[in-house]
Amino acid sequence: MVTGLWAMPDFAAHWMTLRTISSLTLAAWRFLPPLASLSPTNMLDPAGTPARSIFNLTWFVGGLVLGIFVVVGGLLTFIVLRYRGRATDDNIEPTQIYGSNQIELSWTVIPILLVFMLFLTTARVILGTERIPKPAGALDVAVIGHQFWWEYRYPSLGVVTANELHVPVSDPAHPTPTYLNTSSADVTHNFSVPRLAGRIDVIPNRVNTIWIDPQAAGLYLGQCAQYCGTQHAKMLLRVYADSPADFSAWIQHQQAPAADPSTLSPQQLEGKSVFEHNACANCHTVKGTSAQGKFGPDLTHMGSRDTLGSGAFANNRQNLHQWIDNPDSLKPGALMPPMHLNEKDLNAVTEYLTTLR
Amino acid sequence: MATTTAVDLTSQTKPKKLLLQVAHDWLTTVDHKKIGIMYIVYALVFLVIAGFMAMLIRIQLAVPNNHFLSPQVFNRLFTMHGTTMVFFVGMPILFGFGNYLIPLMIGARDMAFPRLNAFSFWISAFGGILLYYSYVGGSGLYGAGSAPDVSWWAYAPLTEKVFSPGHSTDYWTFSILLSGIGTTGTAINIVATILSMRCKGMTMTRLPLLPWIYLVTSFLVFVAVSPLTAAQIMITIDRYLGAHFFDTQAGGSAILWFHFFWIFGHPEVYILVMPAFGFMNEIIPVFSRKAIFGYPAMVAATVSIGFISLSVWAHHMFIDGLGAGGNIFFTAATMVISVPTGIKIFNWLATMWGGKIQFKTPMLFATGFLFQFLGAGLTGIVLSSAPMDWQLNNTYFVVAHFHYVLVGAILFALFAAFYYWYPKMTGRMLSERLGKWHFWLFVIGFHLTFDLMHVPGILGMPRRIYTYEAGRGWDSWNMLVSAGGFIQAIATVIFVVNMVWAFYRGRVAGPDPWDAWTLEWATTSPPPDYNFAVPPSISSRRPLWDLKHPEDVDSHYEY
Repeated sequence: MVTGLWAMPDFAAHWMTLRTISSLTLAAWRFLPPLASLSPTNMLDPAGTPARSIFNLTWFVGGLVLGIFVVVGGLLTFIVLRYRGRATDDNIEPTQIYGSNQIELSWTVIPILLVFMLFLTTARVILGTERIPKPAGALDVAVIGHQFWWEYRYPSLGVVTANELHVPVSDPAHPTPTYLNTSSADVTHNFSVPRLAGRIDVIPNRVNTIWIDPQAAGLYLGQCAQYCGTQHAKMLLRVYADSPADFSAWIQHQQAPAADPSTLSPQQLEGKSVFEHNACANCHTVKGTSAQGKFGPDLTHMGSRDTLGSGAFANNRQNLHQWIDNPDSLKPGALMPPMHLNEKDLNAVTEYLTTLR
Repeated sequence: MATTTAVDLTSQTKPKKLLLQVAHDWLTTVDHKKIGIMYIVYALVFLVIAGFMAMLIRIQLAVPNNHFLSPQVFNRLFTMHGTTMVFFVGMPILFGFGNYLIPLMIGARDMAFPRLNAFSFWISAFGGILLYYSYVGGSGLYGAGSAPDVSWWAYAPLTEKVFSPGHSTDYWTFSILLSGIGTTGTAINIVATILSMRCKGMTMTRLPLLPWIYLVTSFLVFVAVSPLTAAQIMITIDRYLGAHFFDTQAGGSAILWFHFFWIFGHPEVYILVMPAFGFMNEIIPVFSRKAIFGYPAMVAATVSIGFISLSVWAHHMFIDGLGAGGNIFFTAATMVISVPTGIKIFNWLATMWGGKIQFKTPMLFATGFLFQFLGAGLTGIVLSSAPMDWQLNNTYFVVAHFHYVLVGAILFALFAAFYYWYPKMTGRMLSERLGKWHFWLFVIGFHLTFDLMHVPGILGMPRRIYTYEAGRGWDSWNMLVSAGGFIQAIATVIFVVNMVWAFYRGRVAGPDPWDAWTLEWATTSPPPDYNFAVPPSISSRRPLWDLKHPEDVDSHYEY
């Protein structure tokens, strides 16, 4: 019969306690909110392949790290409690121990093995994400970072848009991933939509590519994650995953020219003229008009977007009016200058822009 | 005898000298102890300033859509906070302790090059002052001047003239350049001192671990600070002489800056954290009443951390499109560094094992260091895995991780060092009662702030944003994080009060208040000019142990 420290604990006696604790834990887990409701940018709620493979790795890495923490932290706690000096101690110094090669070898070799395990698992995920062949159905989109907004170009479809990226939902049986070829027009930005994939820096004079394959329709949020200047905080990202039918409808709409001038009211026509004869046209493009500027977002179909200012505020008449009048009041540090238009011109331009659906 | 000397030094010298004379003494000194103390005081002043900035940042982020600070003011605050903490708190405070302790611990009378030492101090201090002068330069005090707003890593091309007109970036560049010159000078001095000024009998295998660590760290400083200095000069040439090293508008490379910066930036982490290991190596044995466990392994681990830290910089660039090859290499290199670091932690645990641990304030902070450094190392392992980093880089998870290292480990080690060596520097003991208040409040505040800060990171909150919208699930976490920050601030105030109070009213320390074993405790507190009346001579790693235990001398056990 083994007694003392090496005796097996009496599991039967503790069974009831263990069962109570575990069922309470499970019950508590059930009351936790679903992961999706914690945050729309939660990396633990993946909605696409790259994000999901990182999510799977998270359990492995997290478990390993937590295990080490429990073992070493527990040991430290034990030492602190067991060897703390007491008032009743005598004045004799404890036995001096100078080292032990065997013991030190053991806490060198075991960590090396753990690191090796961790490394191999990680390498698999890196290769699985970065070295897989591009499927035939893949869509290419050029993502161009600007201070402080996003430009999206679909070279094969002839579509240019801004701030709201539309991509098709990818069915795992017939994957249609979207390859995002990122580059920057000015400083370094970062494209990051945590539920779809890991982030990638958007660097001038360089094309960095990541791929996403959202597997459920919906809106995925993110934002620029590389400090890029004054309004870094409101350089938000919106990725709309559309069903194949919705996506082709959206593409067709984007390919269409801007609103036909013959359908415009006199005030709207006046606004069009103000737009084309002021600095607006130096920075913005409206397809089919003389406005062909490249510095700011393409406005050909801006009315069909949900937000303005790269996701900073809702796209409605009142915000639009304020934005044209004084961009700084809605997004301090935005690079669009105040247009100094009189009230009549301001209203006319606002009316004109609402027709660009 | 020694006790009376200590009293004499504080009670007699002060009233007799005019303030002007005292100032002259300090401003012209080449004594390593005075320079060390000046480094420490200068770092503490900047610690308070940068800490105050941290509080403003936390007020702004406590609630979503806050209008307390404008984006530009906020961007300046986090830039100045980070730059100050790394270059004008971390580096000088560690060099301050090094300056003060190394000659004493190796039984020398001063540093190898006392004038270079004074030069290094003053040029670093000038760098710090120049950085803050930026607030009154440019458009003046009320317009907040030209304080830099490019973040502490100042990524080009954001720092190029096109995107950063005016002089804000120049203030950043020149102050870092000056502090870099000072740092390199000190590093040369420390290497020369340790290699050539050791007392009789102090072979390299009897060198205390703290000077050992400073030796490795100083080599690291040469290798790491030089690329940073080069990069500062290159960006200045870009800005003023029209070169295109980093000017992407003319075909320059942004990635080049990342490499330059991180070849400095990653070893820098070890430059900061290794002296903290050094403090632990001195404090843990004394308060456990045991010899350090595995001295040779500790030296080997230090040297290998030094080498490996030079090959891991690109783990800051996992999101820069290195490609699978680069990602795999730098993942492996980064993970490997956890092995020697682990050896150190286990050796400290083994030192405490079987001891009679005295939980005086220095040991409390040392224990806090051990817990938090364990946490910091483990979140570091998470980030070393490139795919995890793709999700977590530039989020508050990273902010939480490096504050775990810089505050949880380094600052705790520094607090431990303060409570441990303050009696040596001033001749007075810090209050244990205030020390315990300081410790417990700081521990609570620290964990409230930085444990919880990991969560918004996992929920996708990027760093360096001046505000965020509601509905992202970040609100309540940020509120609690801010509350924790303020508890830490209160604890720091207690610490400062303790130091000022103890300077005038603290219990007189005597030469060796902790019953310790290294040479700095073999002279008066504070030590006289030139440290030792008679240059010491030693025959083991713990000379004072041998004196106190002639029946059981240390040299029998060294290997």
